[in-house]
Amino acid sequence: MRPGWRWIVPLSAVPVLVLLAYGFRLNPRDVPSPLVGRPAAPFSLTTFEGQPLSLADQRGKVVVLNFWASWCHPACYDEAPALERSWRGYRDRGVVVIGVDIQDTAEAARKFMSDFSLSFPNVRDVAGKVSVDYGVYGVPETFFIDRKGVIRAKHVGAVNDGVFRVEVERLLGEPA
Amino acid sequence: MALNVGLLPLVVAVFLAAMPVPTGRAATEATRGSAPVSDAEVHTVATQLRCVVCQSLSVADSPSQMAVQMRGIVRERLAAGETPDEVVQYFVDKYGEWILLAPPRRGFTLLVWILPPLAVLLGLAVTAQRVRVWSRPAATPPREPIDAAMRERIRKELETEQ
Repeated sequence: MRPGWRWIVPLSAVPVLVLLAYGFRLNPRDVPSPLVGRPAAPFSLTTFEGQPLSLADQRGKVVVLNFWASWCHPACYDEAPALERSWRGYRDRGVVVIGVDIQDTAEAARKFMSDFSLSFPNVRDVAGKVSVDYGVYGVPETFFIDRKGVIRAKHVGAVNDGVFRVEVERLLGEPA
Repeated sequence: MALNVGLLPLVVAVFLAAMPVPTGRAATEATRGSAPVSDAEVHTVATQLRCVVCQSLSVADSPSQMAVQMRGIVRERLAAGETPDEVVQYFVDKYGEWILLAPPRRGFTLLVWILPPLAVLLGLAVTAQRVRVWSRPAATPPREPIDAAMRERIRKELETEQ
């Protein structure tokens, strides 16, 4: 073999190694949502109290749409107090928090809500249509929707007070 | 034994999910105008979609509740008159191309389709070239002319051997 060719075989492994090094550093949970920047899909569901609730009725408010499940431990349990606290702090400033319970039993969901004394409206997505409309692939996932009804941010994993404040303040600061 | 009975529904569910759907069967839960949506049509779309809560399973193959709901949505959209491609596109719009089990044959992911056959062709070419080199008879150095003294010496040695 000519001297130059001796390096071809080991060198051909370099691009493969670079690709693997890049790929294995990505978090498979960090799938960018194509929905950010697009209008939030409309939905009409029923709250646990039996009240109809539709997204269209919230127009003009900043909406924090949180997908959760009672079996989602510990992330949903971590964020529930933060969501309730933030909702109480912002409810008078034109912010509404809506919880969407998915792939859950009504009984377990009610226990979860009472354990955390959740006072913001919660609905059940029994058929999973709203979940798919929002491209949900796990819980918890939270969407921040501006006053014009456009999805502006998606947060995967537990929301804390800081995340809530930063996202909501940003949307409240925009002209209505 | 109690454990086995407890696992039975799961085993049955996995078994049923893994079973190929007979194409001739026209079991329907929803109807498209007058034309019913067959399980096979739902299956065809569902096999192209990634089960979002699973590892490397399609919506057709997963017994998870999310996949069951997604199959229901596929069936409903087909029944509403959408083509299979439109249903797939709906999921791509919501989840991005990540939802597709087969990477699209364009842009960066085109490499995934092109590189393996190219690598095979290259490998075959290199192998063929090496085989040709190895099977070629080794080049023999040109014979040196034998002078008279050497010829005499060989003759003597042959004689002494006999």
